[in-house]
Amino acid sequence: MATGTESTGFAIHPMDQFVVRPLFSDAPIQWYTVTNVTLWLAIAVLCVLALMVFGTNRRAMIPCRSQSLAELAYGMVYNMVEEVTGREGIKYFPYVMTLFLFVLFANLLGLIPASFTTTSHVAVTATLALIVFLSVTILGFVNKGPGFLKMFWVESAPLPVRPVLAVIELISYFVRPVSHSIRLAGNLMAGHAVLKVFAGFASMAIISPVAVGAVTAIYGLETLVAVVQAYVFTILTCVYLRDAVGENHH
Amino acid sequence: MEHEVETVTEAAAGDAPYTQGMPQLNFESWPNQIFWLLVALVAIYLILTRIALPRVASVLAERRGAITNDLLAAEELKLKAKSAEAAYNAALAKAREEAAEIIAAAKRAMDADLAAAIAEADREISKRTAASEARINEIHAGMRESVTEVATDTASALVAALGGQADDSVKAAVAAHVKG
Repeated sequence: MATGTESTGFAIHPMDQFVVRPLFSDAPIQWYTVTNVTLWLAIAVLCVLALMVFGTNRRAMIPCRSQSLAELAYGMVYNMVEEVTGREGIKYFPYVMTLFLFVLFANLLGLIPASFTTTSHVAVTATLALIVFLSVTILGFVNKGPGFLKMFWVESAPLPVRPVLAVIELISYFVRPVSHSIRLAGNLMAGHAVLKVFAGFASMAIISPVAVGAVTAIYGLETLVAVVQAYVFTILTCVYLRDAVGENHH
Repeated sequence: MEHEVETVTEAAAGDAPYTQGMPQLNFESWPNQIFWLLVALVAIYLILTRIALPRVASVLAERRGAITNDLLAAEELKLKAKSAEAAYNAALAKAREEAAEIIAAAKRAMDADLAAAIAEADREISKRTAASEARINEIHAGMRESVTEVATDTASALVAALGGQADDSVKAAVAAHVKG
């Protein structure tokens, strides 16, 4: 906080990159204003389009590189949905695939210098997590009716413990969207802020070699984090979805 | 804490060149982000369900089908190759048998020819032997006659030279001598 107020001399502003700004005017941001968020979300959509549609344009029996990538992503998410949620979960595969590709591309695009990381914002990740949470809850009641509530009644535990466990399970159920969203946003925000801090240190001649090396190393780490967090977000979605469609494994 | 709230609102107003606090907690931008996020998600969902996923699924299914077909074809070809090998072996065995038969027949024919030729040769030999024998006998007889004649002449000449009378007694004596 202190560094921000001193506008003179050595100043690092790691949080600047997260500011939402209108693209075409200085007017206050309305819900429909075209902002840098809009821009980078659109780029993410275009990337999905490029990979999944233009990349597979040739429908080749022997795939080219882009088609291999598209098939790899398809196969990975498809298998994940099938293995984690079971056969009944396959019909929700397009939704899971949408989430995965969005989070993956948003994360990776955020690594481009001077870009805007949409998934570093709790607003975005919380919306994603709430979509998952609400879908799972609604699907659970639609598919299983009141039987969905049995999920909180742990039958493998001794009877006196069950009410306590039910409370714990209920709390953990409602904490899911929080952890689901904060994990993603927190990882990306922290990583990008650290990158920015080290990049700021690079302006000091004495430590700049160390800082540049650190930025390079952290960039590599952040690339890993971007992919892993997309994977984690998706697999958790599948795990939650299993409660709504599969048999209970508690 | 108050300071932070103040700076956040300041940043949101767009006046401050630098941000203080977390832009993530600037709730004024939330409706905007959520709106555009939903637009983006719907766009991706439509792209995936309308075009991309059916296409990738069909390509994967096609590939799986092609692989299965190829495997089946390979299996079929393998069976064909096996039957072809069996047919080849059968044909080979048959050909061998036939060859053996032909060889045997040829041998039989050759044996018969040979036997016939030998018999013919034997006949020819015995014929010639008989002829030669007859000639030898003839020569023998001629020779005896000649010897008798020469001996008789010689004896007659000798007898005459010695002053004797060459008559039939000489002839008989010579004949008896030659015979003996």
